Amino acid sequence: MLEIKNITFGYAPNRNVFQDFTLTFGCPGVYGLLGKNGTGKSTLLYLIMGLLRPKSGVVSLDGKDTSLREASLLADLFIVPEDYSLPKVRLEDYVNAIAPLYPKFSMDRLSKSLNVFDMSTDVSLGELSMGQSKKAYMAIALATGSRILLMDEPTNGLDIPSKSQFRKAIAAGLDENQTVIISTHQVKDVELLLDHVAIIDRNRVVVNDKMDSLFSDNESIDLERLFLNNVTH
Amino acid sequence: MIAFNENKSIYLQIAERICDMILDERLREGERVPSVRETAAEMEVNINTVNRAYAVLQSQDIIDTQRGLGYFVNEGASTRIYDSRRNEFIERELPDFMERARKLGLAKADIVRAFEKEGWNEGEL
Repeated sequence: MLEIKNITFGYAPNRNVFQDFTLTFGCPGVYGLLGKNGTGKSTLLYLIMGLLRPKSGVVSLDGKDTSLREASLLADLFIVPEDYSLPKVRLEDYVNAIAPLYPKFSMDRLSKSLNVFDMSTDVSLGELSMGQSKKAYMAIALATGSRILLMDEPTNGLDIPSKSQFRKAIAAGLDENQTVIISTHQVKDVELLLDHVAIIDRNRVVVNDKMDSLFSDNESIDLERLFLNNVTH
Repeated sequence: MIAFNENKSIYLQIAERICDMILDERLREGERVPSVRETAAEMEVNINTVNRAYAVLQSQDIIDTQRGLGYFVNEGASTRIYDSRRNEFIERELPDFMERARKLGLAKADIVRAFEKEGWNEGEL
């Protein structure tokens, strides 16, 4: 269980992005993390990773504080940030370098995911377009077997066929014990993939529920409407 | 991306698609149904949505699990799908059709004439 408990965090000393904020991710599955621009979605992902540390409160995975960044815990946390730069090396060399950090790393899963993304393993990370680089990074994320995968605006920069490939990769590429948290405002790109959705607005969790409970059998899934009905604007 | 209808839940639409595959024999009786994971990837939806679709099909005796092997199309599945679709047509769609015809002041004879004009006489279409 991933628990964000009573955290307070801000970049500036007297302006907090989160104030006594609590959110729990219980069962494994695919979570959508929605919120307007500037509500702190990315900040929250970095806090989960332990890359940022709360002023007070704690983020824990199965009771272990993620801000301590213990190696055993880091093997179970992986983030695909919105912006990043990969070293200019061959994909194979990069994978060989990081795979030992992830005991559940699967070369089979890597090649299957790359295959879904219509990419070969024989590429150089420095020579990829933005979309290809993102797809390579996501394939690596799925291959790590980390229990918690965080994806920050994963469909940004992907063209239409690539978005479709992304959905296929997520739909087929997860184990039963894995949790993926997808932060996005492109709700249409991901809504059918989700088990659960959390919407944050002004430091509050305004929606936090299973998709099955939010949308009845007789209605279609419309996250955009749910979003607009629940956030201030 | 698969286009889904906006007015019906996704898992029922997935169940319908599997039924379509059985009716046009892309999936034959006795054959293995694509796994939940394969269908989830194909349709780009959550695995649990496909689980629900398969549970519906199982409750309708259209598919069944064989332990460790996955889902298979039951014998007689296409007959059952035809029967249930005919029932649904007669019980759901026909009353709407009749209601509209009635509101438009059409008599039974007008409808029969229109059917005949479309080439529907005695027997099958």
